[in-house]
Amino acid sequence: MPGGYAGKFLDVDLSKEKVEDTTFDDETLEAYFGGRGLAAKILWDRIGKRWRKIDGLDPENIFLALTGPMTAIYPGARIMCSGKSPLSNGTVGSTASTEFASEIKMAGYDGVIVTGKAEKPVYILVTDEGGEIRDASHLWGKVGEETIKLLNREVTEELAKRKPNVGLWKEPGIIYIGPAGENMVRNAAVMSKICHACGYGGYGAVMGSKNLKAVVAKGRGKIPAVDAPESVKLLLKKTHEHLIGRTTMRRWGTGYAGYAVGADTSSEPIRNWQEEWHDEKSMGGPRFENRFWVKKKWADFGCTTNCMKISCIKTGRWKGDITDMPDYELEAYCGTNLGIFDPGDNVHMSAVIDNLGHSGINGPNTMGFAAELYQRGILTEKDFGFKPAWGDAEAMTKLAWLIAERRKIGRVLGEGTYRAALKIAKKKGMKPEELLKYAVHVKGIEIGAHGTRSDADYTHDISYAASVQGGDHTSVAVDGFTEMSAAVFTDSAVFCNFCFFGVPQELVFDFAKAITGFPITQESWRRVTGPRIVTLQRALLLLGGPDVTWKPVGDDDNPHRFYEPLPTGPYKGSKTDRALVKQKRKTYFETLGWDEKGVPTKETLKRLGLSDVDPLMRKLRK
Amino acid sequence: MSKPIWIARDYAACSGCKRCEIACSLHHEGWMWPEASRVRVFMPFPGCEVPHLCAQCNDYPCVDSCPVQALSTDADTKAVIVDREKCISCGKCIKACPGQVPILHPGDDKAIICDLCGGDPECVKVCKEAGYNALMLVEEGPSVHRRLFSRNPIEVAKDLAVLFFGEKGEEVI
Repeated sequence: MPGGYAGKFLDVDLSKEKVEDTTFDDETLEAYFGGRGLAAKILWDRIGKRWRKIDGLDPENIFLALTGPMTAIYPGARIMCSGKSPLSNGTVGSTASTEFASEIKMAGYDGVIVTGKAEKPVYILVTDEGGEIRDASHLWGKVGEETIKLLNREVTEELAKRKPNVGLWKEPGIIYIGPAGENMVRNAAVMSKICHACGYGGYGAVMGSKNLKAVVAKGRGKIPAVDAPESVKLLLKKTHEHLIGRTTMRRWGTGYAGYAVGADTSSEPIRNWQEEWHDEKSMGGPRFENRFWVKKKWADFGCTTNCMKISCIKTGRWKGDITDMPDYELEAYCGTNLGIFDPGDNVHMSAVIDNLGHSGINGPNTMGFAAELYQRGILTEKDFGFKPAWGDAEAMTKLAWLIAERRKIGRVLGEGTYRAALKIAKKKGMKPEELLKYAVHVKGIEIGAHGTRSDADYTHDISYAASVQGGDHTSVAVDGFTEMSAAVFTDSAVFCNFCFFGVPQELVFDFAKAITGFPITQESWRRVTGPRIVTLQRALLLLGGPDVTWKPVGDDDNPHRFYEPLPTGPYKGSKTDRALVKQKRKTYFETLGWDEKGVPTKETLKRLGLSDVDPLMRKLRK
Repeated sequence: MSKPIWIARDYAACSGCKRCEIACSLHHEGWMWPEASRVRVFMPFPGCEVPHLCAQCNDYPCVDSCPVQALSTDADTKAVIVDREKCISCGKCIKACPGQVPILHPGDDKAIICDLCGGDPECVKVCKEAGYNALMLVEEGPSVHRRLFSRNPIEVAKDLAVLFFGEKGEEVI
């Protein structure tokens, strides 16, 4: 067994109530590493041949919660959730920081693979003794805070009953869904620790479709052994020195960007991206910090970046709301994108979204879309039962609930922004493009809170357009080369990207090598392993699903809104450059060895060990 | 020669990073083994993190409770020392401890209790390095009632919840 791996995965069939252990050979682990890479491989092997026939919410889909070989050893342990995405019909590797990741490793497992559908709500408990399916009827319908409270109590009591003599049992690690996931809101998140989310891809809905409320892990074993322990100890020390040196990130996290990304780079979504510039100083960090931050240094397992800060509202109408900062993404999506510029309302919206298990980016993207349709008179008060006016936090709270519970227009909005646009167009007798021009997504994945029109942020022309993960701001397309050793790597090694930024990549790859013993380098990830993973993801994305199949090139593009000139601010008049998108997309495909339609060539597939994918790609090349 | 020392704790300052568990187990077990760590961070609700370790009660009820005299106090540091040869894994020290601090080792079921690393605790070093200072080394006589810190971590977390979340904190754990 290569270092860093616990050595086995829990394989659960909820329909057959079957739980067993499974393993992968060393070659597969070396070729796909873990997390996002291994997820694509497992999905291809198990359901690849029938891919187009399977909807993300069918029992046949597979829900994956995987660690990687670096999880819980490298600082910032995360879990990676994947499966066939009910949004993109491809695969997304979606990660969140959580003790579930370290606990499952200590229980002796590298992850869980879940197929089928339980008859009634269940959760999966993973311990040193193995996995078991347990009743979750009493948890169904519960919001995040309540779910955590009940599961922590129940599981520690149960484990103490089983082993009463060993001393106090610590709480387990938990990933769970809220009402949004239960009701299969297509862009719902897999949640952890109230406010941490595997947000992209809609895997909360996948869990919901399986009647799976939570996966809980508690282990008493060691963190897996590594190939070169003395090197790992030394590298760990060095890595922490780099992370501890990141003063501003540690002090304020991304909580200051709520102002800066609007005012400086002019790339913050405002009222469903109708604007991207504001000069509202209320959205600046100090207003949040001084009034709401109750814990300024909050970290996950093994992390010294501690970019998380906990907020709580202690007075007024939102009293008792708890969330993280909000971080930049939720300052934008639960704030400015809904026309909300009041920090208290923003903290409140963030808490509501977290508790419901909406993805904090994708859920409010749909809400902003709906509010714009209301603004334009396409949807009316009757559709909602209230008026979803910009900046009205009370109305936006109702809207978040309406979608989570799939009531009234929430039934349709729960399909995610893209599908909702198509359905509303049909219902209102309009052409799809009349509504799609307000849908800010790429291949069904709603876009993160970084626009491309000003070109002043880190996101540009093909960042989302060419990405196999669509609108995911954590894993954007750059040039088909450099990003392969960044997010594609960290999502597969499975640790937090905020413990990756600021650390020299040579050090990180030495770390990866010392843990696993694989002869891997930054170069090997950029030329072989990364492209292998992304090429397989691209192939699955192109195969599509029963309801949507993306048009190569045509759909490898930005949403309509990104080509509208910015109406205000220092970048007024700027828009994404279509000619540049076209040119860079072509280069991107070439670099990765894909043809002009972005279909991986036979030679590329052969070179990457993916020849078995070729027969399905042949049809797409015509 | 070491002086009597004590690890003071500032629960509200704990980030929950659990590097203390990692450092402790690296030192005592040779590898990362959080459940075999002599300090364990409890988190019954996110944000309410409680580093749980021996408080060195002035009257050492655990030492008295041991039926086979496997527990003693270090002459210099005043830490509780477990004689693993003698320990019979009965768990009486856990019950005697007002905070239920000791645990049985997940590998061999012998009682484990913080030994202050012989006078230079690893957990304190990493906590200080990261600037959290939730764990601090005190090199002076027992001017505080240490036993008050030997308390069930869930009860401590409930207090923290109210400190952080106000009225709402009464119901989250």
